[in-house]
Amino acid sequence: MHDKTVAELARDLEQGTVSSVELTRHFLDRIRQDDTRYNSFITVTEDEALKDAKAADDRRARGEATPWTGIPFAHKDIFCTDGVRTTCGSRMLENFVPPYDATVTARFRDAGAVCLGKTNMDEFAMGSSTESSYYGATVNPWGDNLVPGGSSGGSAAAVAARLVPAATGTDTGGSIRQPAAMCGITGLKPTYGRVSRYGMIAFASSLDQGGTMARTAEDNALMLNVMAGFDPKDSTCIDRPVPDYTANLNEPLKGLKVGLPKEYFTDQLDDRMAGQVRAAIAEYEKLGATVQEISLPNTHLAIAAYYIIAPAEASANLSRFDGVRYGYRCEAPKDLMDLYTRTRAEGFGEEVKRRILVGTYALSAGYYDAYYLKAQKVRRLIQQDFIEAFKSVDIIMGPAAPTPAFGIGSKTDDPVKMYLEDIYTIAINLAGVPAMSVPAGQIDGLPVGLQLIGNYFDEARLLNAAHQFQQATDWHTLTPAG
Amino acid sequence: MQWEVVIGLEIHVQLATQTKIFSGTSTAYGAAPNTQASAVDLAMPGTLPVANEQAFRYATMFGLAIDAEINRRSVFERKNYFYPDLPKGYQTTQLAQPIVGPGHVDIRLENGAEKRVRIHHAHLEEDAGKSLHEDYHGMTGIDLNRAGTPLIEIVTEPDMRSAEEAVAFARKLHGLVTSLGICDGDMSQGSMRFDVNVSIRPQGTDQLGTRTETKNLNSFRFMEAAIHHEVERQIDILEDGGEIVQETRLYNGDRDESRSMRTKEEANDYRYFPCPDLLPVEIDDAFIDSLRSAMPELPDAKEARFKADYGLSDYDAGLLSNNAATADYFEATAKTGGDAKLAANWILGELSARLNAAELNIKQSPVSAERLGTLVQRIADNTLSSSGAKKVFEALWNGDEADVDAIIDREGLKQVSDTGELEKLVDSVLADMGDQIEQYRAEDDPKKRKKLMGGFMGPLMKASKGQGNPKLLNDILQKKLEG
Repeated sequence: MHDKTVAELARDLEQGTVSSVELTRHFLDRIRQDDTRYNSFITVTEDEALKDAKAADDRRARGEATPWTGIPFAHKDIFCTDGVRTTCGSRMLENFVPPYDATVTARFRDAGAVCLGKTNMDEFAMGSSTESSYYGATVNPWGDNLVPGGSSGGSAAAVAARLVPAATGTDTGGSIRQPAAMCGITGLKPTYGRVSRYGMIAFASSLDQGGTMARTAEDNALMLNVMAGFDPKDSTCIDRPVPDYTANLNEPLKGLKVGLPKEYFTDQLDDRMAGQVRAAIAEYEKLGATVQEISLPNTHLAIAAYYIIAPAEASANLSRFDGVRYGYRCEAPKDLMDLYTRTRAEGFGEEVKRRILVGTYALSAGYYDAYYLKAQKVRRLIQQDFIEAFKSVDIIMGPAAPTPAFGIGSKTDDPVKMYLEDIYTIAINLAGVPAMSVPAGQIDGLPVGLQLIGNYFDEARLLNAAHQFQQATDWHTLTPAG
Repeated sequence: MQWEVVIGLEIHVQLATQTKIFSGTSTAYGAAPNTQASAVDLAMPGTLPVANEQAFRYATMFGLAIDAEINRRSVFERKNYFYPDLPKGYQTTQLAQPIVGPGHVDIRLENGAEKRVRIHHAHLEEDAGKSLHEDYHGMTGIDLNRAGTPLIEIVTEPDMRSAEEAVAFARKLHGLVTSLGICDGDMSQGSMRFDVNVSIRPQGTDQLGTRTETKNLNSFRFMEAAIHHEVERQIDILEDGGEIVQETRLYNGDRDESRSMRTKEEANDYRYFPCPDLLPVEIDDAFIDSLRSAMPELPDAKEARFKADYGLSDYDAGLLSNNAATADYFEATAKTGGDAKLAANWILGELSARLNAAELNIKQSPVSAERLGTLVQRIADNTLSSSGAKKVFEALWNGDEADVDAIIDREGLKQVSDTGELEKLVDSVLADMGDQIEQYRAEDDPKKRKKLMGGFMGPLMKASKGQGNPKLLNDILQKKLEG
């Protein structure tokens, strides 16, 4: 049952061969048995899930089911869930129970989906390995000593381990695509503004985007059908019709123009990774795509610009965690300054504090022009690179991550090494275009992701290209031995 | 040395929108603490701001009223600082691209001359909550009802040269925003708050002296006193050979004292940057034109109309037109009363005095415009003498619910204006005053005659039980004495 996709489970539910309560029990059992090993969940909401499953079965009996009614899944613990603790991976929110749903949460709820719990993540989504979580690191199902990537590592691991068929994620600099690649699943970061950010705890507001994580492109399409769309509560959410993302999955790829940025295929790229990616691209040529080299000339500036803009925004976004209204508060503060300093010193982890400091510095008087303003100029150049590229190609392809999953603890002492994990994903967030990671090979038995980058609001084309690849290959069906 | 005072103002004006600037929460004043604070206002994790279109309308109307450039594109920025009543840890405000660009407000000085005060810009921003330091046993209470109330902050150029000019400007501004209907103008509830930048320099020099900023003055009286206090403080320092420190000061109006809040060195680095949760707001000509065509009558136009239509003096027309509520009250009173000048006198005289003494604004007046109008009508048609009118007003002020006419009847205040009846009265009183009549007629000095005449009026009024029309009695008396 747990090897089935969302699409298959939806058919089973529709045909009545299984009930939502049965499905929910089955996946909850798996979480209970196996997640002690992976630590992919921070909170499991067994009682709520069974209640929701019962309600879903009733709804189906009334003939009011949607494709998601009764489907178990999980939310990254960054999406606020009404009445259910939402920690964002931080001690700061250890006891925070929001009295409201994120728009994404509400949409799955309205569709009748059954949330089994909240998945682990790097603290405030700051990290590429899910090791900075206050609730302990998540383990990659492909190897007990390996990280799942991050920051949506809990969601990626839970899907890879078949603890849930699908999970939400968020992606600020690669936080969906990089863990999807390392866990051998399919993940999509939509166009900035496609999915509401309301109730999604902010890291870097101009870069954060909620997205989808599942085993197949088709399941990603089904998720996006629920998540995408205008939300009057988010001023940056774009009012634009939402297509049925499953409608074009079976379109042939003949004539698809694929661009390979020469900046991604340099001698910096690991030979074996390059080999895997090129093999996947050869598969696309077999499917009828034409391939050409393109240039994204400002690629080399992306990480520097990102590590100014994202921490700058984060430094302000995280100011609200002050111990005054909710969340962690230090014991017996002497005065206001003591309340602030100890609450924040004790409530935030090292990486979060590092980024607040970097961001605060970058915005300080006398440095603003040299750092923040310059980074914004670079950002526009990078956007321009993509706009130019999409004049001649339909999809840009490259690696999703520089390496397969790395060892737990192997990069925690060197933040810059960790930051370079996102070297192929960060520019996409700066530009705001959509991108996916699709399982496309293995190195030493560990999954490798192919990144597909689309033009603004071209998610349907990305999903179509990913689905066609998955019809021709079986990388996405490989299961970790555990 | 002769010193010249240089004053610039920053004025926070609360906009009279139904809801907050970035959330749908009500802005009504006076609710129980934190009952008007939603998840957005509390800066709960993941919540996002959505800009209130009405706030943009009001800010644009203000810009049009001061003949300012309306910026087609304005940008909200985050001003970062920690304070318990600032839930997000930053204030969302405008800095580099405010909605209202340079404009001006013309004021009339004591000597009747006009003066132009330039407005540097006005920007939209959110108000903070309130920290309550009393009644919490050494702790601080936080009330976030006010957090997110829309403000425009109006920044003037340093164009004022005395406390009196600053107050004249402030009153003019108050009249402007209340006439526009964009602010309720209730200073006691903090609807308008003034920060005063003051510096002094030797008379005749051009260079500005070091300034101080005195923050958060919420009455014209305190603002005037604070400026006087600060000017004296600066003069004392400079004349003693000291230097002014650029700093922010707090003024205690009850004690007429001020103290330093923070110096320039201690000032926050606010680390402004454009708010990524709010896109730049673009407004078009159609938006501006629709507001321009619907602008209400502004105080200057109203003043001209009051002079032309009601024959009021410059002074009365100026006072009555500056405040929309007062102007409305005046027009309603004049309409019922029929005699606009008399209505103006009553409003600016008795009513204003009583309202001031009771610390009420005209909207809170216990005497409605209609009732005061009826009173005016009864004075104009000679039903009431001025002393009778005062008695009726007293009853109205004290909440007497009877009709004006019923009060007049009940209190026996109706004036006797029947000349035949009054003549009989005069005859009967004069019959017993032969000596005084002789004395009066023998007197040549007109001043002394006038005084002697007063000696007859007392007994006459007494004989008429105070109801005789004094003017008619006077006329009849004069005729009889001369006869």
